[in-house]
Amino acid sequence: MTINGREYEFDKPMTVLDTARKVGIYIPTLCYHPRITQNGSCRMCLVEIEGQRLLQTACTTYIRDGMKLWTHSERVKAAVRHNLELLRMIHPDDCQTCEVNGRCELQDLLQRFGVERTIDYYGNAVDILDESSPAIRRDLEKCVKCFRCVKACEEIQDLSVYAMIKRGHYEYPATAFDAPVYNTVCVGCGQCSFVCPVGAITEKPDWRKVLELLEDGDKVVIVQTAPATRVAIAEEFGAEPGTISTGKMVAALRRLGFDYVFDTNFGADLTIVEEGNEFVERVNKGGPFPMFTSCCPAWVNYAEKVFPWVTKHLSSARSPHMMLGAIAKTYFADKIGKKPEDIVVVSIMPCTAKKDEILRDQLIIDGWQPVDYVLTTRELGKLIRLKGIPFMSLPEEDYDHPLGVSTGAAAIFGVTGGVMEAALRTAYEVITGETLPKVEFDEVRGLDGVRDATIKIGDKEVKIAVVHGLKNTEMLLKKMERGEVFYHFVEVMACPGGCIGGGGQPKSLDPDVIRKRAEAIYEIDEMMELRKSHENPAIKQLYKEFLKKPLGELSEKLLHTHYRDRSKEYLNLWKYYEKERVS
Amino acid sequence: MKIKVAADPKSVLEGSLEIANYFGYLSGVHHVQVDVERDANLGSCVGGILVDVGGEKYRVKDKKEAARLFVQGVILRKKVEDLVVKKVLPPEEARITQEVPIVKRNFGKYRDIDGYISLGGYEALKKALKMKPEKVVEEVKNSGLRGRGGAGFPTGLKWESALKEKSSEKFVVCNADEGEPGTFKDRVIIEEDPHALIEGMIISAYAVGASKGYIYIRGEYSDVAENLKKAISEAYDKGFLGEDILGSGFDFELVLRFGGGSYIAGEETALLESIEGRAARSRFKPPYPTQKGLFGKPTVVNNVETLVKVPWIILNGAEQYKKYGTESSPGTKLFSICGKANKRVVVELPLGVTLREIVYAYGEGVYGEGELAMVQTGGKAGTFVSKEKIDVKLDFDAVKEGVSLGSGAIVLIDDKSTFLDIALNVIEFFEHESCGKCTPCREGMFLMKKIVSKMVEEGKIDYDALQEIERIVLIMKDSSLCGLGQSVHNPMISLIRMLERGEVA
Repeated sequence: MTINGREYEFDKPMTVLDTARKVGIYIPTLCYHPRITQNGSCRMCLVEIEGQRLLQTACTTYIRDGMKLWTHSERVKAAVRHNLELLRMIHPDDCQTCEVNGRCELQDLLQRFGVERTIDYYGNAVDILDESSPAIRRDLEKCVKCFRCVKACEEIQDLSVYAMIKRGHYEYPATAFDAPVYNTVCVGCGQCSFVCPVGAITEKPDWRKVLELLEDGDKVVIVQTAPATRVAIAEEFGAEPGTISTGKMVAALRRLGFDYVFDTNFGADLTIVEEGNEFVERVNKGGPFPMFTSCCPAWVNYAEKVFPWVTKHLSSARSPHMMLGAIAKTYFADKIGKKPEDIVVVSIMPCTAKKDEILRDQLIIDGWQPVDYVLTTRELGKLIRLKGIPFMSLPEEDYDHPLGVSTGAAAIFGVTGGVMEAALRTAYEVITGETLPKVEFDEVRGLDGVRDATIKIGDKEVKIAVVHGLKNTEMLLKKMERGEVFYHFVEVMACPGGCIGGGGQPKSLDPDVIRKRAEAIYEIDEMMELRKSHENPAIKQLYKEFLKKPLGELSEKLLHTHYRDRSKEYLNLWKYYEKERVS
Repeated sequence: MKIKVAADPKSVLEGSLEIANYFGYLSGVHHVQVDVERDANLGSCVGGILVDVGGEKYRVKDKKEAARLFVQGVILRKKVEDLVVKKVLPPEEARITQEVPIVKRNFGKYRDIDGYISLGGYEALKKALKMKPEKVVEEVKNSGLRGRGGAGFPTGLKWESALKEKSSEKFVVCNADEGEPGTFKDRVIIEEDPHALIEGMIISAYAVGASKGYIYIRGEYSDVAENLKKAISEAYDKGFLGEDILGSGFDFELVLRFGGGSYIAGEETALLESIEGRAARSRFKPPYPTQKGLFGKPTVVNNVETLVKVPWIILNGAEQYKKYGTESSPGTKLFSICGKANKRVVVELPLGVTLREIVYAYGEGVYGEGELAMVQTGGKAGTFVSKEKIDVKLDFDAVKEGVSLGSGAIVLIDDKSTFLDIALNVIEFFEHESCGKCTPCREGMFLMKKIVSKMVEEGKIDYDALQEIERIVLIMKDSSLCGLGQSVHNPMISLIRMLERGEVA
């Protein structure tokens, strides 16, 4: 086939867009995103194909033998420019203060094609600003109607929180009855904010509050970073996905003014010890099975809202960053002679649902919140940029002691199957009392939607399953309801690939981004000397000095929680129905 | 006394209807009881209009002569020598194309399924079930039948590609979402001959190997849908639908679905989305519905009129069907004439008929004070045809001359309508009906409405803005997702050209 006059040969059917990207030809896109199926609606990736009467979209057209196409003919450019002019017509000019300034696909396209405001701004279909959710913010005035959020919520999570309603210029991605998104079935996973090409759906921005805290607060500000952030943050500064930049991130956080930089991996090790022991206890007691992991807050929301029976099976262990927050405000606060009220804990997370999690009533201890603010990886990137810190040329620095010490088992929390693998490493040794011959559990690795295996631990056979993406989860849970499958232990991550594909991660159009980040995570695990959570010396010390034993009295208070049935809460959405809005 | 005025298309265009009206007016003025009749078979004459007064044939050039003829010939009952016509052209010379009842074969002839069977109904189904599916497809392919919904895709080819697809399940869908303004042929079919539609659907399902069919009827047709519902349940009772139809081992289930009132739901992929329970928004093609259609399975979508023709073709054979129409567009087509037409009817004419005949012979010209200025053919997205081009032959090739056949809508527009009236009407319609999926159509229509509304407010035509509109619709044509955006240029460009030629104010 011929592209722009040059001949190429391919042996397998691909779309024109994939083909062009493969050979390094730029084709503009707006509604196309590798995480969802193509919609073919933005009409940016137009190409001219010989023998075709009209321009065709590259994302939906497959290559054929002898095909001749032009990606940048005058006809193509005129159409793309015109369509951009039309999008500019409905898009407000507040780039300077927009959350995604500099990370906006529309802005890039307007710049690339030099599209001035030739048509007056006529306003968008609606100017709804929905700040109801602690996780995400919807500013529909900026919506370019690319359908990405609608498709992401439907295809990845099968929740269909959004649907395009009305027609023509007046359509917009609405929730059911235009209810505030927090009152719908939304679990806050943030996949919509990850795929949104513009600033119409973003994480709920908290970075400004943290900035003020750092610049003129008199409190001790502790920061902790999630396992999946270290393999993604460098993407904010132009690096390849999967670049490991733990040390640079720590250095950057110090330069931002955080007093102590701790590692959520410590919390992950602690989670494994608690959750592993909880599992061992259930094995000894004979149930209830299956036990579900509880470290993914979007999954916890989903269980409470959609499958309330699951709440009785969820592990009572809090998520790693909540554990670390609680320990920092008690055990560590004692060490530096502070009270919990004097300490502010900020978590850097790949996740928007964590912003929602920290506000849960059940997690408040004696009136204080274990974690005060959650910033996404994207927000951290923005903070570093705004402060002019030269991230890529920073030296590598280490986390502070003692809550910065972690093992390889904690590192793999960031990828789907990681929690399961870490738990198995610990559970095996706790149950059998023997040393694990091979630490890697290849059965649970990989990126298939659902993976299951039977693991022999001593004389017991443990059936486990690992699932990621709520659509896959829904299918698995329905199978369980029908009694088709039975498992002892199930790990669920709401986002594709686990936390590395989280809704708060740097936006990426690389179709391999999840695989690249996962490889980096496993590389970190392999580089670690200690690879089992219960071998973490800081954890051992913590139990000796403070917690005494797993599932003990203090653990129950600081490190465990309970859940409730919220399946009735999001049902009566009709009360938000306003007649004048829906015509 | 009886006055006959020639009413063949030639005479009508020369103003015979006006003369006829004038005679009526004169009879009122003079208080004379006369019977004025328009006679399409009277014949015609050169250089005037043929009028028959009591058996004597006269030639009348204008109203003045008509008045003289009335006074001398009718009131005084004298022979008006200088008006006597020398040579009467026989009616054959101005012969109008006669209607061919293929679709209309059973119109008004039956009330229930027994009546339909007594007219030879379901015979085609019996014949088809004895044939191999490939044979049925072959027959339809040979007939050259092309889709009657507007796009004119050869029906046989569509069936053939669906037949070739390997799938556990296939669907046939009847598109009865007749939302095209000015089109009401499908409604008439469903009112008058629902069983022919059902029979056509069963045959099409048998031909492509589908086990389930949907009739997607627009919600506004709920009254005629009752008729269809009744017909479907009758067909189930008689064993034409359901399991093991007529002992052939072929099962077919037929379901009626209602549309929600969206124009775009008439586009086949949007229609499939709507049946699946989503908002009607077009899908990108390929994959075509025959490959991946309803619920991801191979699906054949056909218009009502297309399907009703199928039983006739099976019974009478492809060769018989090809006798009508032109070589590239065989067969007949239903035209629904409306707008400012004197007679708003559905007529079935062989393709290749001239627009003049449809407008004057069947629509009988425009009513009211105004004169015919233009005709919009093919529905809202069809072209405007000026009076000068009215001799164009209507078939699927007419598009090359800038006249769309489309759904067969013939909307007559008189010279009282201004450019801005018509443009605003077209644009408001599409702005309201654009589904909103793709950028050029969604925002382009909105922008055009802003531009034209501004012109209407100011009351004058801004020629620079018209250039902008031309650019918008041409890029919309080039880059839109579906047929809606791709065809808005038809009415807009043809209208702007007429404005430039001074044919509309």
